[in-house]
Amino acid sequence: MNKLKGKSHRLQKILVIGSGPIVIGQAAEFDYAGTQACQALKEEGYEVVLVNSNPATIMTDTHIADRVYMEPLTVDFVTKVIRQEKPDGLLATLGGQTALNIAVELEKTGVLAEENVVLLGTDIEAIRKAEDRKLFRQLMHELGEPVPQSDIVHSVEEALAFVDQVGYPVIIRPAYTLGGTGGGIAENEQMLIDFVSSGLRYSPVKQCLLEESIAGFKEIEFEVMRDAAGTCLTVCDMENIDAVGIHTGDSIVVAPSQTLSERDYQMLRNAALKIIRALRIEGGCNVQFALDPDSDQYYLIEVNPRVSRSSALASKATGFPIARLAAKIAVGYRLDELSNPVTGRTYASFEPVLDYVVTKIPRWPFDKFQSANRTLGTQMKATGEVMAIGRNFEASLLKAVRSLETGTDHLESAEIKQLNNEQLREKCVRADDERLFAVAEALRRGYTVEEIWEWTKIDPFFLNKIKRVIDLEDVVRANPFKLDHMAEAKQKGFTDRKIAELWSVTEEEVRSFRKQKALYPVYKTVDTFAAEFEAYTPYYYSAYEEENESISSTKKKVIVLGSGPIRIGQGIEFDYATVHAVWAIKEAGYEAVIINNNPETVSTDFNISDKLYFEPLYVEDVLDIIEHEQPEGVIVQFGGQTAIQLTTVLEKEGIPILGTHQSHIDAAEDREKFERLLAELNLSAPPGRTVTSVEEALETADGLGFPILVRPSYVLGGRAMEIVYNKEELLDYMHKAVKVNPDYPVLIDRYLMGKEFEVDAVCDGDDVFIPGILEHIERAGVHSGDSIAVYPPQTIGEDVKNRIIEMTTRLAKGLEIKGLLNIQFVLYRDEVYVLEVNPRSSRTVPFLSKITGIPIANLAAKVILGHTLQALGYPGGYHPEEKFVSVKVPVFSFAKLHRVDITLGPEMKSTGEVIGRDVNLEKALYKGLLASGMSIPAQGTVLVTVADKDKEEVMDIVRGFHQLGFKLLATEGTAKCIQKAGLPVMSVNKLNKAPNILDSIRRGEVHFIINTLTKGKQPARDGFRIRREAVENGVVVFTSLDTAQAMLRVLETITFSAIPMPPSASRSKKEVLTSES
Amino acid sequence: MSKGYLLLESGEVFEGRLIGADREAVGEVVFNTSMTGYQEIMTDPSYAGQIVTFAYPLIGNYGWNGFDGESDAIQLAGMIVGELCTRPSHYLASEDIRDQLLKAGVVCLSEVDTRALVKVIRRKGTVKGTILSAEQIADPAQANRASFWETRQLPAQDSIYWVNRVSTKKIQTYANVDEYADGLSHRSHSQSHPHVVLIDYGHKKSMLHSLLKAGCRVTVVPYATPCADIRRLQPDGVIFSNGPGDPLALEPYLEEIKKISASFPSLGICLGHQLLALAHGARTEKLKYGHRGGNHPVKEIQTGKVMLTSQNHGYVVVQDSIDSDTFQVTYRNVNDGTVEGLKHKRLPLQSIQFHPEAHPGPGDTAHIFQQFIEEITHTGDMDYAIT
Repeated sequence: MNKLKGKSHRLQKILVIGSGPIVIGQAAEFDYAGTQACQALKEEGYEVVLVNSNPATIMTDTHIADRVYMEPLTVDFVTKVIRQEKPDGLLATLGGQTALNIAVELEKTGVLAEENVVLLGTDIEAIRKAEDRKLFRQLMHELGEPVPQSDIVHSVEEALAFVDQVGYPVIIRPAYTLGGTGGGIAENEQMLIDFVSSGLRYSPVKQCLLEESIAGFKEIEFEVMRDAAGTCLTVCDMENIDAVGIHTGDSIVVAPSQTLSERDYQMLRNAALKIIRALRIEGGCNVQFALDPDSDQYYLIEVNPRVSRSSALASKATGFPIARLAAKIAVGYRLDELSNPVTGRTYASFEPVLDYVVTKIPRWPFDKFQSANRTLGTQMKATGEVMAIGRNFEASLLKAVRSLETGTDHLESAEIKQLNNEQLREKCVRADDERLFAVAEALRRGYTVEEIWEWTKIDPFFLNKIKRVIDLEDVVRANPFKLDHMAEAKQKGFTDRKIAELWSVTEEEVRSFRKQKALYPVYKTVDTFAAEFEAYTPYYYSAYEEENESISSTKKKVIVLGSGPIRIGQGIEFDYATVHAVWAIKEAGYEAVIINNNPETVSTDFNISDKLYFEPLYVEDVLDIIEHEQPEGVIVQFGGQTAIQLTTVLEKEGIPILGTHQSHIDAAEDREKFERLLAELNLSAPPGRTVTSVEEALETADGLGFPILVRPSYVLGGRAMEIVYNKEELLDYMHKAVKVNPDYPVLIDRYLMGKEFEVDAVCDGDDVFIPGILEHIERAGVHSGDSIAVYPPQTIGEDVKNRIIEMTTRLAKGLEIKGLLNIQFVLYRDEVYVLEVNPRSSRTVPFLSKITGIPIANLAAKVILGHTLQALGYPGGYHPEEKFVSVKVPVFSFAKLHRVDITLGPEMKSTGEVIGRDVNLEKALYKGLLASGMSIPAQGTVLVTVADKDKEEVMDIVRGFHQLGFKLLATEGTAKCIQKAGLPVMSVNKLNKAPNILDSIRRGEVHFIINTLTKGKQPARDGFRIRREAVENGVVVFTSLDTAQAMLRVLETITFSAIPMPPSASRSKKEVLTSES
Repeated sequence: MSKGYLLLESGEVFEGRLIGADREAVGEVVFNTSMTGYQEIMTDPSYAGQIVTFAYPLIGNYGWNGFDGESDAIQLAGMIVGELCTRPSHYLASEDIRDQLLKAGVVCLSEVDTRALVKVIRRKGTVKGTILSAEQIADPAQANRASFWETRQLPAQDSIYWVNRVSTKKIQTYANVDEYADGLSHRSHSQSHPHVVLIDYGHKKSMLHSLLKAGCRVTVVPYATPCADIRRLQPDGVIFSNGPGDPLALEPYLEEIKKISASFPSLGICLGHQLLALAHGARTEKLKYGHRGGNHPVKEIQTGKVMLTSQNHGYVVVQDSIDSDTFQVTYRNVNDGTVEGLKHKRLPLQSIQFHPEAHPGPGDTAHIFQQFIEEITHTGDMDYAIT
């Protein structure tokens, strides 16, 4: 590709590899990057072919690429696509570590050479040099760039030998893993052994890097770009508030760096550019440094030769579209040939400057995983992040805090307030997700900046800024209704609610005082060059300053509320729907305005909407924007529970909510209103009651009969929901899991162990359109987000379908839905019950849209704007089923979250999803399971250890595995049952004797584990330890018999068993099936 | 902190809080977009007579140290910031910015919507302004009256006042080469310490340091030093430095500049570049609002390579005035296409509009010094005809 100018004409067809499902360490940022890349290539006239297994993404929309393959991201499947499509080029640097690893593999297998596919962008050699620790260190030595003393080890013994030289603490980083899976900082020998052995297991090349610890240094990241002509530039530098030692994905990060002097900055910039020149990067690259706070000594931590989570953050923080430009560079453009899309007149070969401060705070899943180890370290644990922009650090930080939606709108937390001084200090020292609040509380209690710096190594610059917030609290408190002080507090990001609390008045009083004094925020533009040129980006953030730059147009406009940070239960699916809604609003001729705070997603790309407000989805911020924009109304249906929760307040403020009326949303969300509605509509739900005391709970349970489903009211993603089988468990739940009282009621339902179905529907007030019905593989009781969903339903006849359709229609009309509706049903003893109704977009909307080809979110948005389904070409009723079978398989990030029980239950645990699609269920399942990351060996050993209640049911599955030639291994009780059934089984010790199950798992002797939950959920229990051991060793565990059954079906279709000719004519039905497949 | 204002001749008023010296400041209001490097900017003699607006809102975060000054004093007439950090954090920070302001008698207006101000300057062009305390002016609307500005005259940009103020008064040679010449022992030239004369129109210390670091002996001379005096110093090369104001202020000296640059290998930087262009027949003009920052892309015409440069100039060499028999354009600004570098077609003379010495800003063009030094060492004792 030797050429001097412009794009390559040698290329015609380009294959782009996506990043697959959302897992911790690799999330929505790659949908954003991939979408930009595909669009950038398409506008150059290339034919773009995409492979990605993630159905919840915008990038897999068929209009983003010319052809989309939603196939497993394995070397085998990508090879198939290459052989079939014969692309000229392959772009793998925009699909995260997953795509990069596949590219390295494809190169190794020789497919690329065989099919004449050129790897675009950064070449394999550079990728290897950056990724392989040894090559990387070698290169750094050549360049004279300092790296901490370190060694690559392949065994625990080698690790111990290294530590003998450098001493503790040491950092363990497994090679080629996502988000540092399996790594950590070891303070002593036991920790070292643990980290190294788990690290070696996760590393695909079985290597770990051991490194002398430079914990306490400043951690600085540079996002840099280089083109083939050698032009290098820095897009953005970012400073972690948390010192080295906490994964950057788990760190609070600010951009630009705040405590680097000009000299420090240029020193690190030079080093970063030197490195990308040496690596001959063509595209984007991330370089991480550690900088001694007391000298100019620095170390290289890591180089990622691709776009990354940090580059998404840098793009949103600066307005500079790294992924888009990386794609253009990959096809041969030079940076100075590419225009800066923000001005349209200046070029991409410049370095953005900011005139604001950006703060990113990670969003962790610990609200879901109570038992998880919350301590932060080198292994990333966050599922998502929020970003906020302010004209000063304090405002930026406080906006980020309220964007988190963790129930606080200020630097304070009720839980932290309860801690005594010793606990507080402990919390600061041992960094966890709440440290920021602990630091603020410590300052409030009079600890000095110096003391807290000792504890945390957070730079005094930041601590002093936090202290200013705390000091300002006192000033405001002492000066009620003083405009000057209020203005200062607003400038520094205080909410009206906080000021109200400090003044001991109501929020309304503060707000009306503020309005009366005409104290409103203005909106500033994010433009990449600090106003030096005229900008056309409609990308805004609020500030209490002089000049407003967001001029409200006279066009009719609609505001869409986004869904905030990615978290378990509210993932990228909602961003997908948000983006489609925005497009639909634009199509319908309105100006589409979006409010969102997630830097990773497509919806916050400034060219998606007509106007983007990068602001907290917090009531005050939202109301201020509405007041400024004066829209026709606000749409809340697409932003998940985040947006729905704002409905009541917006309604109260007289803001028109477009679509389903607030009272009807409430009717679906409020238990009692919903029950009344069901009764009116003559629909049944599992019997249940709302209770406000423990006594009432016991009484209710007695009446309903066990098992029962218990949960607190108003939940997100099934938080704290459990199935309870007896009175003891119920008492345990009521005491430990919830604080029951009249303000916090608990819902108790009869648990119906039946088949679950899920429906998404669009209603325009008259007609109800149902794009499809999904059937769940796992029976009710497993959260719908964690179940394998199948389309079209495989086990029910027209009769049940018709009942579901009819019930959906009745509910949609009963709730006077205008827009989207999602319902979960259970089929129990031939009766269909309504489990849950969500008057909004759902997790399944993108999946259903893709497999049916129906633009569900688009239709819903247009219906909300007043179009009729009839006019849109989708009259009511059930859309004819497609021939292909599609499955949606959940993907979990358990390996990243120690101490979390992996058992599937009513609480959602998955972080992402993949699709499997083929001519029949088995093939679709095979693809889906494979894409979800399960290894599917055709032979091996199955370990069975199940609860007594499941022993009978499991026998069919066990028999199936046996017939396929799998060896059976079981714990004593289960083994007895298997023997009784006449099957050969080896018994293995439980955990109290050695050698036991754990040893078998560690030795790699087990390929599948079927394990169902026994009583109690204490981590100490055997079952828990077995499951964790399996996760940590990459062994597939089935905690639901239904999933095991599904896997068996897959195995039956891909495996041929040897079957002797029958001595007589009596062959079992099963054998016939097996031999025919 | 007391209330104060920035009044612009174009009529705008910005309110803020005063820090530093308690005195009125008058100057040309410009903006700089660098996110770090405020100490270098504040002490850069090229900013003499200007009120500098910092586009990045947080200034002073890493304090003030004894190393990063580009001259021995704060040179700008006043400064405008969003927020001046009162509790800086850096291991090198030794002094307080506010003390420095007081010492230099310079006023800073903080808590200003600097973005709005930058936009005013962008739209209206560089404009005269004054920083006043609320006590000094009861009604800021006075700014609209011509009489108000009559009493606040500034020496003209094209007056020699500015360069005269910041240029050295005596000739001084810096020869402690070893202190700076790290890692240069590999130099095999007999003449391993070339002698460079730096004509000081208000040079930045970094320019001197870059030369010393590269192993040069440097003699800094006053701007008006005639060619004959320079000849007596027997330099291997001459550098025409940066400096404040309009290059036409030095019109009386252009003949001498032409002579010097025809006698010795020459490198002009910033104002020095403009002077060399003028001396050899080109013209300069004022830019609407200048280039001030550390992110300005320039393209090396010969290689097509783009480099990020540090810039600080309000004037520019007019493209159409360049005689193609005399000069070749070597660098061009990627954004607005303006001339960023010239090379004489016959003489060993080149000049650049940007700052290869950086500080603040990227050092991507530091090789220009290296090339210049290589060139003068190779040229050696070659004689130049006086034209």
